[in-house]
Amino acid sequence: MNYQWDFSAIVKYADMLVLGLVGTVKIAVVSIVLGVIVGALVALARMSANPWLHRPATAFVEFYRNTPPIVHFFWFFYALPIVIGVSLNPFVAAVLALSTQSGAFYAEVFRGGILSIDRGQWEGARALGMNYRMAMRRVIVPQALRRMVAPFIERSFELTKTTALASTLAYAELLYEAMQVNSITFRPMEVYSAVALLYFIVLFTASSAMRLVEARLARHA
Amino acid sequence: MNGPDETLIRIRNLHKRFGALHVLRGVDLDVRKGERIAIVGSSGSGKSTLLRCINFMETPSEGTIELDGEVLGSEVRGKDGKPARKYAESELCSVRERVGMVFQQFNLFPHMTVVENAMEGLLTVKKIARDAARARAVAQLNKVGLADKLDAYPAKLSGGQQQRVAIARALAMEPEVLLFDEPTSSLDPELVGEVLRVIRALAEEGRTMLLVTHELGFAYHFADRVIFISDGVFHEVGTPDEVLKRPQKERTQAFLARFSEFIF
Amino acid sequence: MDYTWDFEVVVRNFPVLLRGVVVTIELWVLAFPLGLALGFAVSLGRISGKSWLNAPAIAFVEIFRNTPVLVQLIWFYYAFPIILGQQLAPFSAALLGLTLNTAAYCAEIFRGGIQSIVRGQWEGARALGMTYAMTLRRVILPQVGKHMLPAFTNRGIELAKVTSLASILTVHELMYQGRLLSSTYYRPLEILTVVALVYFVLIYPGSYFSARLERKLRARD
Repeated sequence: MNYQWDFSAIVKYADMLVLGLVGTVKIAVVSIVLGVIVGALVALARMSANPWLHRPATAFVEFYRNTPPIVHFFWFFYALPIVIGVSLNPFVAAVLALSTQSGAFYAEVFRGGILSIDRGQWEGARALGMNYRMAMRRVIVPQALRRMVAPFIERSFELTKTTALASTLAYAELLYEAMQVNSITFRPMEVYSAVALLYFIVLFTASSAMRLVEARLARHA
Repeated sequence: MNGPDETLIRIRNLHKRFGALHVLRGVDLDVRKGERIAIVGSSGSGKSTLLRCINFMETPSEGTIELDGEVLGSEVRGKDGKPARKYAESELCSVRERVGMVFQQFNLFPHMTVVENAMEGLLTVKKIARDAARARAVAQLNKVGLADKLDAYPAKLSGGQQQRVAIARALAMEPEVLLFDEPTSSLDPELVGEVLRVIRALAEEGRTMLLVTHELGFAYHFADRVIFISDGVFHEVGTPDEVLKRPQKERTQAFLARFSEFIF
Repeated sequence: MDYTWDFEVVVRNFPVLLRGVVVTIELWVLAFPLGLALGFAVSLGRISGKSWLNAPAIAFVEIFRNTPVLVQLIWFYYAFPIILGQQLAPFSAALLGLTLNTAAYCAEIFRGGIQSIVRGQWEGARALGMTYAMTLRRVILPQVGKHMLPAFTNRGIELAKVTSLASILTVHELMYQGRLLSSTYYRPLEILTVVALVYFVLIYPGSYFSARLERKLRARD
């Protein structure tokens, strides 16, 4: 291989890449927060006995679990504006797509945590005279939360990787900035390898930290 | 309002179906204040279901339950035109404040300490101030002999200790009736005694208690009345002597014969 | 909303979408088995005691799991050809990326499954004189096989969704065809909605089957 590596181009445009990294973090954080809200509401709806809540919530979750994220991104950016009559900027469209999508997955995490609590806990609570809300608040959810931590972190990790799709909407996250730098420097090997490495460092550190937290929690359980 | 012989619970024509399974097939029962009833029978006979109907952990399919003179639920017209009963959740919750239950699996809350478990009903359901609730909980825990384990978590306790916490938790609510659903069936044999001792002490206080159990020797000494339930109906009812020592009916005799080693 | 929906465009051009479906299936049918096979090989390297097998296997798995799939596909299409000295067709680059990605995840599934088998099984087989390969084939895999099945079906579903990213490399799979129609006929709402539905129809049976399988296996335990 006679390829001449030249990373100077990357160094020169490092500020763009940093900008991209910030964009990635921004979109990830906002989507996680919104996703948690959406997920909690959908989870409650799914667990409700009322079919008017239960069925749409299930359809919502099944739809997002069985369709590719990129379709959601394009739909929110190109299709939704037609329905609501307002055009959306890339950030908004990407956040909408990501938070509804992660909301569906978080809903499963929340519901799974709550359903995993032994039936006897419900019985103990109700035998004391607690209604559904009291039982959830005092007995079920506090126990379920601990079980939700690991899958929640895992889902958030996946969400962070999915932010790369926002590049297709021309949102200035890391992959998009990489494409920009490439179009200036014409050094795809260096640019994309460096960006892959950047993603790797960020995500690998995050997942290692995750594993430490999980181990800690398991020890104190 | 209630004299010592006043009927606390009145059950009439109680039926309970789970889908196609007809578990309780027309049960009538009067429980007097201060009475101690032991209910025995094989699995599937309906004994637990009967208990669980009394505090409405299961709602009756047919029939009425009256607590302290008040018939619970409201009458409505059922889907087939026949009268049925509807039970409001809030009404059932207030019944459960007055009827305490102790479960076979204890059902303690693992994320709370012993004293927090015992206080929980007072705090959240009866909405009593924290200090008062704690004091009452501690008093009950003292009574069951766990004063030294107040801040321990249930996971660190033996089965017998956990069940005693469960009893204290039920007692803290100052219930009018105590229901015990096979309280010692999940315990290792050597831990059964400590729980039975607590139950006996409660019996001596004159509380109204219903006990579903396999411990026939204990039932003999504990109960004023013994009910042998089979196939969802009361097969034989009487004093402990009548049912456990000199059973008249064949099925009762067959059931007791299986417990070859119970000691009076 | 005054918008008049017009599905006529989609109906008329449905064959275009179907051609995309064919390519999507082609990608999946190639990437999944290849990924499984490669993943199995990597997992063996991963659990072997020898560090010269172990280390690259770990590196492989961690790189592919800690970088976004889209970044991987872009790297294989734009960067890799530079070292290779030859341009890759979009389909080949996508296939390469998807296969390696699938292999990394499958490697972990295999590893988890194989390592979960009690040591005693290995010892028992060895005492009988079985070779490593024989033991794997006759003793270990039959036991873990059915426990790993749900994880593998989930992987299959995930891969089906991820094939949509090949559209970014201009592979003419379903998403690409959808975007093509969208920009040609300017009816993104109807077209993208239908694309989402087609994906759902393709993928949901897999999810349903996988859930039933999981339930059956759990009941049997």
